[in-house]
Amino acid sequence: MTSMRDESFYSRTGRVNDAIQLKVPDRVPIMMQFNFFTCRHAGISNEKAFYDLEAWLAAYEKTILDFEPDLYFQPQAAIFTGGKVHEALGNRQIKWPGHGVGINDSFQFVEGEYMLAEEYDAFLEDSSDFAVRKYLPRILAALEGLAFIPTLKTMLAGYAGAPALCGMLTLPPLATAFEALSAAAPESMRWTTAYMEFENRMNEAGYPAFAAGIGLAPFDVISDFLRGMRGAMLDMYRCPDKLAACCEKTLPTMLEFAMTTAQLSGNPRVFIPLHRGADGFMSNAQFETFYWPTLKALLLGLIDAGLTPCPFFEGNYDQRLDYLAELPRGKVYALFDRTDLVRAKEVIGDTVCISGGMPLSLLQAGTPAEVEEHTRSVIETVGVDGGFIMCTSTVLDEARPELVRAWMDATLKYGSYR
Amino acid sequence: MGDDLVGAITDMDEERALGIARRMLDGGADPVSVLELCRQAMEKVGRGFESGEFFLPELVMSGEILRQITELAKPMMAESADAPRLARVVIGTVSGDIHDLGKDIVTFMLDVNGFEVHDLGVDVPPERFVRAIVEVEPAVVGLSGLLTLAVESMRQTVEAVAAAGLRDRVKIMVGGSAIDEKIAEHVGADAYGKDAVRAVALAKTWAGVG
Repeated sequence: MTSMRDESFYSRTGRVNDAIQLKVPDRVPIMMQFNFFTCRHAGISNEKAFYDLEAWLAAYEKTILDFEPDLYFQPQAAIFTGGKVHEALGNRQIKWPGHGVGINDSFQFVEGEYMLAEEYDAFLEDSSDFAVRKYLPRILAALEGLAFIPTLKTMLAGYAGAPALCGMLTLPPLATAFEALSAAAPESMRWTTAYMEFENRMNEAGYPAFAAGIGLAPFDVISDFLRGMRGAMLDMYRCPDKLAACCEKTLPTMLEFAMTTAQLSGNPRVFIPLHRGADGFMSNAQFETFYWPTLKALLLGLIDAGLTPCPFFEGNYDQRLDYLAELPRGKVYALFDRTDLVRAKEVIGDTVCISGGMPLSLLQAGTPAEVEEHTRSVIETVGVDGGFIMCTSTVLDEARPELVRAWMDATLKYGSYR
Repeated sequence: MGDDLVGAITDMDEERALGIARRMLDGGADPVSVLELCRQAMEKVGRGFESGEFFLPELVMSGEILRQITELAKPMMAESADAPRLARVVIGTVSGDIHDLGKDIVTFMLDVNGFEVHDLGVDVPPERFVRAIVEVEPAVVGLSGLLTLAVESMRQTVEAVAAAGLRDRVKIMVGGSAIDEKIAEHVGADAYGKDAVRAVALAKTWAGVG
């Protein structure tokens, strides 16, 4: 494999930025969504990674140094925080290795109807109050006691508010909830700090992270985290106005969340994994009503803040490409899964930077020759004239290392623009 | 009133559909015939899904209307009088994967197309598929998976079916976000179902009704 040890943080980000701005870089940049691939590469279980921060980051660092990508998928995308934090809080919304899924499986999200249809009004009235007193007690077993906390606006009762109310914290369920938060706090902070230090260390070693900030499409917040997919889809018929209002209400919250997480790291790229907007999930008319307006506003808001939104269009977006053509030129780094990228290049190639092209199945079940041939063909079609970042259709978790190498080598072999 | 019921369901007009069904049942209509109208409506929804007129929200909404009407009609029925089914299908999301969406869509579409579907749920270990094949004797087995880890689980499942000496008795189709033709071949399945429409076509061919 060609060594790129003489590359620097600046040469790699420069190449990536050229692609994002739809210029022609020196060669096709490559982004690697390592995720839990790192664990197998370094010989540790996914469960160990959730409980041994140092081993996890060492595995991640080893993988980055061994494969030398232009962008690496940030480790917090795979493990947002440690297993002990989830245990202390009694997290019901994910299953993680050794806790509901196998020790070498990925973590998985547990969808549910965490907000009832009749609670839309309460959410629209005061989403913070809903989050603290209704939502957290449902998704985090150890925080059930928060249901008993008085509404936070009672703190407006001047000098008497908090001093009088804090006595409530002695109530056993509330006391338990605050103890759980205290127990989780240092471990949570340890992971957050370590991730920030890791990104700095990798920057110095010459390897920029794909993104540090994260955002979600408002509709996905409602559908994934609150109403569940089934609930949100029934709501399209039963209470469409409230569903749309809820998306609007969530937009500024998501903008703030994405901007804060990006600004903490200084990395301008914001990862926005999209879930429920793909072809098949809804019609174009429903997409226009419920999904696109607030997603577009989120993307534009991030661009206005000087950030680079990086939406991951999971699934297939063949029927939605015209919407993406509405975005400003050279400001968005769009990752694709199963969308036809040759057609995407025609429709939005002069609007957004396209990333993707390598189906993970080929890195699981292909041969080195097949991988090389496919890489060449993607570069010669989608990669032509820049504006393209080579990437897999999804995370590398189960990829075969020798095929990942073949993919990298082929990208270098065929990816030169000079 | 029958056409109205079918129309109300395919219009996704829940209130109107339930109102008509209630009036029909209260007026002495045979509950079996009310459910037959629902079946016709669901078949139309299924066809609309195939042609791209309907999407997931419509499958969910019409399914919810059907559930409520069935609840109204069932207590009035002497005994369950299910229509004969084309063939049996065993379906499930493979071991390690807890995603049910793709599997549920395929189940819905097989069901409205006349198959008797035995849904084993999510995170189904290979031996559970083997047991179901022995018990249910399906013509077709559907393996679903969203995550890349599903590939290895699918391979193990097909292997377990073969080891139990059952491989020749069933056709196996695989589908899901992590899956394509390449993977279908890799895991030893008979075919890849790109989407629910393709899955129904495969099942029909294999059951000899396509």
